[in-house]
Amino acid sequence: MGCFLVPVTEAVVTTVAARVIKSKETKETVNISSTDGSVEEVTKIKFSTKLGWLNKLLWGGSALLAFEHIWHGEVVPFFPFLTAVENGETAGMLAEMGSAGVMMSVLVTAVWAGMLAVSAVMEKRALRAPECEEGVKA
Amino acid sequence: MTLLTTVYAAIICTIIWYKGAPKSEMKVGILCWMYWGASLMWLVDAIFEYAELGAEYFNPAPRDMLNDFFLGLSVVALGLIIWLVILLMKDPKGVIKAALFKKNK
Repeated sequence: MGCFLVPVTEAVVTTVAARVIKSKETKETVNISSTDGSVEEVTKIKFSTKLGWLNKLLWGGSALLAFEHIWHGEVVPFFPFLTAVENGETAGMLAEMGSAGVMMSVLVTAVWAGMLAVSAVMEKRALRAPECEEGVKA
Repeated sequence: MTLLTTVYAAIICTIIWYKGAPKSEMKVGILCWMYWGASLMWLVDAIFEYAELGAEYFNPAPRDMLNDFFLGLSVVALGLIIWLVILLMKDPKGVIKAALFKKNK
């Protein structure tokens, strides 16, 4: 009925958070020496970029889910935009948002958290290689 | 069926993205995020429906299945349109810019 509104709300919050974090972040560089002896300076992925992954998952998924709701006539292009509200089924709609909608947000966020964990492990492995130097650039 | 169609679209896009990585000239990553996001959300929908219907969930009526497949294809098409609009607006290869502003000899 209106379950996609929960991930949309989360997407708005995370988009604002990503913008704020991006403006305060500094560039982190790492020197990685490869097996042939050459040293390469690489930039670590910023947290705002990683938060951007969550934004894209939430916005993209919500957009396609909103289309599905239009397809089923649950969302209409005129006020109050949600058929459930028009038909006096607001309580049912809120219950669905509280169950399916919240679960959608939780699952997407959990998958993103898993991606963060995997990328952290991969970064650590790359840094464990001999002669790695970490530095922070303003 | 909608979930299945979107999951297949997400897998195909991820393979295409991986083949072209680390360059992302065609911005296929946008499609991956969109389809994976929608797939996860529809997975939740499917779990709730399964909890309600039980094994009957896996035996949909042919008419419902066809309608869901039609919806799935429409969702994939909408995703492609969104991607195309973003691609043309960002114009990573500079094709639109080159077409609009011809250099003076």
